[in-house]
Amino acid sequence: MKTVNQKAWFLVLPVLLLVGFSAVIPLMTVVNYSVQDTFGNNVFYWVGLEWFEEILHSERMHNALGRQVIFTTIIMLIEIPLGIFISLHMPQKGVWASVCLVLIALPLLIPWNVVGTIWQIFGRIDIGLLGYSLNALGIDYNYVQNATAAWITIVIMDVWHWTSLVVLLCYAGLQSIPDAYYQAAKIDQASRWNVFRYIELPKMMGVLLIASLLRFMDSFMIYTEPFVLTGGGPGNVTTFLSIDLVKMAIGQFDLGPAAAFSLIYFLTILLISWVFYTIMTNIDKREGI
Amino acid sequence: MKKRFNKSALIMGLYILFLMLPIYWLINMSLKTNNEILGTFSLWPQNLTFANYMVIFTDPSWYWGYINSIIYVVMNTVISLAVALPAAYAFSRYNFMGDKHLFFWLLTNRMAPPAVFALPFFQLYSSVGLFDTHIAVALAHTLFNVPLAVWILEGFMRGVPKEIDETAYIDGYGFFRFFAKIFTPLIASGIGVAAFFCFMFSWVELLLSRTLTAVDAKSIAATMTRTVSASGLDWGVLSAAGVLTIIPGALVIYFVRHHIAKGFALGRV
Repeated sequence: MKTVNQKAWFLVLPVLLLVGFSAVIPLMTVVNYSVQDTFGNNVFYWVGLEWFEEILHSERMHNALGRQVIFTTIIMLIEIPLGIFISLHMPQKGVWASVCLVLIALPLLIPWNVVGTIWQIFGRIDIGLLGYSLNALGIDYNYVQNATAAWITIVIMDVWHWTSLVVLLCYAGLQSIPDAYYQAAKIDQASRWNVFRYIELPKMMGVLLIASLLRFMDSFMIYTEPFVLTGGGPGNVTTFLSIDLVKMAIGQFDLGPAAAFSLIYFLTILLISWVFYTIMTNIDKREGI
Repeated sequence: MKKRFNKSALIMGLYILFLMLPIYWLINMSLKTNNEILGTFSLWPQNLTFANYMVIFTDPSWYWGYINSIIYVVMNTVISLAVALPAAYAFSRYNFMGDKHLFFWLLTNRMAPPAVFALPFFQLYSSVGLFDTHIAVALAHTLFNVPLAVWILEGFMRGVPKEIDETAYIDGYGFFRFFAKIFTPLIASGIGVAAFFCFMFSWVELLLSRTLTAVDAKSIAATMTRTVSASGLDWGVLSAAGVLTIIPGALVIYFVRHHIAKGFALGRV
C-alpha cells in the first residue's frame, strides 16, 4: 500500500505553481468577466448572473450545443466499434505489426489545421479526388454549399483522424491478454464470438473507457478541423461550441456573454468527464491495480 | 488459419488505404504546379515540380514558421516533463492530504477547451509582456500537456515495485540521487512516451499558438491558415507546407513505435 507522507506536497508544488499560472489566473479572468458589463474604457460594473441567464436562454447557444451533441454522438458510435473491429485484425508481431502501427498512428501526428487542409483539398469538386470522383459518378456532392455534404465530410474527416487512437488503445489491451486464455478457449471449443465476448472485451474495458473519455473530450472541444474545412458553414450548420465561442469572444469581443458561455461549456465537459473518470477509477480498484 | 489471415490482411489493407489516400493526394498536389492543379485532373503529377517546396525553403516567413514551432514545442516538452516527473512520483508513491482531488483537478485542465482560454491567455500574456514570444506559447500549452504527462508517468511509475525505492533508501541513497541514478532509467520508456505526447499535442495545436503570436514567434500552423485567408489560395505551396508538417511526426512515431500503444493507454495496460 502507499504510505502517508505530507511532504509529498513539495514534489507536487512545481506543478501547482505552473498550472496555477497557466490555468487558474485565466479562469479567474473568465469568471470576472462573466459577472460584469462594460461600456468600454475599462470601466466595469456588476451585473450578477444576467449573462448566464441570457446565454442559457439564447437560441444560438442551444443550436450550437445541439449540433455539438449530435456530432459527438455520431463520431463515437462510429469510431469506437470500428476501432475495436480493426484492432482485432491487427497483425500481432513481426515487421508487419510495426509497419501497420506507424501507418495507423500517422493521422494522429498531423497538425489539426493540416488535417483540415487535407480534407479541404481531398473533398473539393474541382481538384479533390473524393469530390471529383463522386461528381463524376453523378452524386451531387459539394461540401462548401450543401449542408448534408458538409456534415458527412466532417464526420468522415474525424473518423479518419481519430479512429486510430481507439485502434491503438484496443491493440494495447489485446496485447496484454496471456496466450493461456486463448488456449483454454480453444480446448473448450469456444466460438469466435464467445472468445471476443468473454475474453477480449472484458480485458479491453479499461482502455475502452480511456478511449471513450479522450474521444468525448476532444470531440466536444473540436475547433481547428471544421474551422479550416468549412469555417462553420455553410450558414451555421457546422458551427460547433468552440467555433461559436471564438466568434463571440475574439470576433465580436462580447466579453460578458462569451465568459458565461465559457463557464457553462467547461462545466458541461467536466461533469460528463467526471462520470467517466469515476467509473474508470472504480474499475482500476476492482482489478486491484 | 490461412483463410483468417487473408481476411485480416484485407481489412487492414482497406483501412490503411483509407488513411493513406488523402495523404497521398496532398503529396500529389504538392508536386504539381498551380496551373496543373486547376487545369487538369490527374492521379499523379504530369510535370513533376519541386518549385512549391523551394518557395518554402527560400521564403523566411515560411521556414521561420517551422523553426518557431519547433522552438516552442521543445520548450514545452522540457518544462512539462520537468514539473511532471516529481509530481507523478508523489502521486504514485504517497498518500497525502487532498491527493485524489488534486489529481482530478489536474486532469480537468486537460478537459478545458482551448477556446475558453484563448482570450484570457491573450490578455494575461499581453499584460506581462510575453505576447508573441515562444515561451508564452510553451507555457500556454502546459495547460493540457502537464496533466497528460503526470497521468502517463504516474501510470508507468505504478508498474515499478515499491521495494526498489525502499531498498535504495536503506542502501543510503538520498532522494535526488535515487531518482536520477535508479528510478529514471527504470521508467525511461515512460519518459519517452510522455515526451512524445507533449511533443505531439503541442505540435498539432492551432488555436492558442495562433492567438498568442503575431510576427516573431508565429507558428507554422498560423502561417498556413493566414495564407489561406489573406492572399487567395496557392494550393501547391499550401500542400507542400502540409507535407512538411507531417514529416517530424512520422519521424517521432518511428522512434517510439514499440511503446506507442502502451503510451496511448496512458501506461495503464
